[in-house]
Amino acid sequence: MGAGHGHRLHFHAHSPIHRAPAHLKIVALVVFMLVVVATPRQAYAVFAVEAAALVGVVLLSRVPAPYLAKRMVIEVPFAVFAVLVPFVAYGPRIDVLGVSVSEPGLLAAGALLIKGTLGVLASLTLAATTEPQDVLRGLERLRMPDLIVQIMGFMIRYLDVVTAELARMMVAMRSRGCEPRSPQHWPTLARAMGSLFIRSYERGERVHLAMLSRGYDGRLP
Amino acid sequence: MSTPVLDVRGLAFAYPDGHQALYGVDLHVHQGERVALLGPNGAGKTTLVLHLNGILTAGAGEVAVSGLPVAKRNLQEIRRRVGIVFQDPDDQLFLGTVRQDVAFGPANLGLKGAALDKRVMTALDLVGMADFADRPPHHLSFGQRRRVAMATVLAMEPEILVLDEPSSNLDPASRRELADILRSLDVTLLMVTHDLPYALELCPRSLVLSDGIVVADGRTFDVLTDAPLMAAHRLELPWGFDPRSVGSLPA
Repeated sequence: MGAGHGHRLHFHAHSPIHRAPAHLKIVALVVFMLVVVATPRQAYAVFAVEAAALVGVVLLSRVPAPYLAKRMVIEVPFAVFAVLVPFVAYGPRIDVLGVSVSEPGLLAAGALLIKGTLGVLASLTLAATTEPQDVLRGLERLRMPDLIVQIMGFMIRYLDVVTAELARMMVAMRSRGCEPRSPQHWPTLARAMGSLFIRSYERGERVHLAMLSRGYDGRLP
Repeated sequence: MSTPVLDVRGLAFAYPDGHQALYGVDLHVHQGERVALLGPNGAGKTTLVLHLNGILTAGAGEVAVSGLPVAKRNLQEIRRRVGIVFQDPDDQLFLGTVRQDVAFGPANLGLKGAALDKRVMTALDLVGMADFADRPPHHLSFGQRRRVAMATVLAMEPEILVLDEPSSNLDPASRRELADILRSLDVTLLMVTHDLPYALELCPRSLVLSDGIVVADGRTFDVLTDAPLMAAHRLELPWGFDPRSVGSLPA
């Protein structure tokens, strides 16, 4: 039952970025994101500066580019949405490679893609250079409400437990001739998800009982 | 006779959905005793355990710990006196490192600084896990996690240690190591289990809970060799195990 060592997003190294206090990195990330979001759509020079700054931080952190690139896949749903925008948006149409698309849509999509990519890359860099526990302590130091920090802590702690449980359920399904990937078995998969939810919920209750048994009164020491 | 550490009288309880789990349980455990609570699945063992520190509130009857009734106004002190180790260590270990987890209980009691550190390390020493203090709990083996779960409770210096199925899911070596640890502890023990050889090995006295009442209370050896009693309450010894052939029994 031993879970994998280390978190999937963290890259172990000893760079100045890794050593920087977590709360500073969180503040830097939030400020960076606000600036990116506030940048006007067509200020490409500003985007270039932002991207250069971010790449500089990544280089300094010595996290290999392929490592981050693989994890950027999470952006795909947003990218798909951005690609759709020029086709469905209103406004004057222009021809790009012989296809008629909406001009404001194209600009909006471009800006969305740039901002999204910068945001995802910046977040991944924080995750790659900061242990989850340190992120929590950083948030605590930034006076994030205690309850929210606690909830995030539980999420990190039990993510592995729940994914391991899901993996075991999948193995059990496969062992009985059910292939979770095949659409034919999706109804079964949906029921398995339902029971995973119930199990996690009940585990939550048991964890709470175990905490009460040790004198928990709403505050983590 | 001295005040029992654990005194349960006429305890009855029904869940909100109407299912009645306990129908008048009477039991007492005295200081320094090691008692096994035996019973088939669904007998109400876990429900009973949750009454011992006031997680569940009795529908009728009462529970007292060293004379202090389990009631809302005493909960903090009751939960210090009664240490419950739950069956699944993943339910009990929820913080980032072993040290933080073991410190959780005593810190809730108001311990700080060096006194807290000392309490944590003493508890970890008792279960032989002091070298793992700074490891995240989910990187430990199941047997190690169970020992840490025990340390989290021992760190509160309880008057009675209640273990829910301590031997479940352990390999034979971890099971024996846990038995050694339990024998080495100077603490009153109530062990909920259906691992009957384990009960015989560790607990001189046993109670049998069946259908929400205590149906037997006596020497573990006598209980396990009473064939009609065992059969009537769905208790079975593992194949090939005969209590009469076990040489030395705990006194």
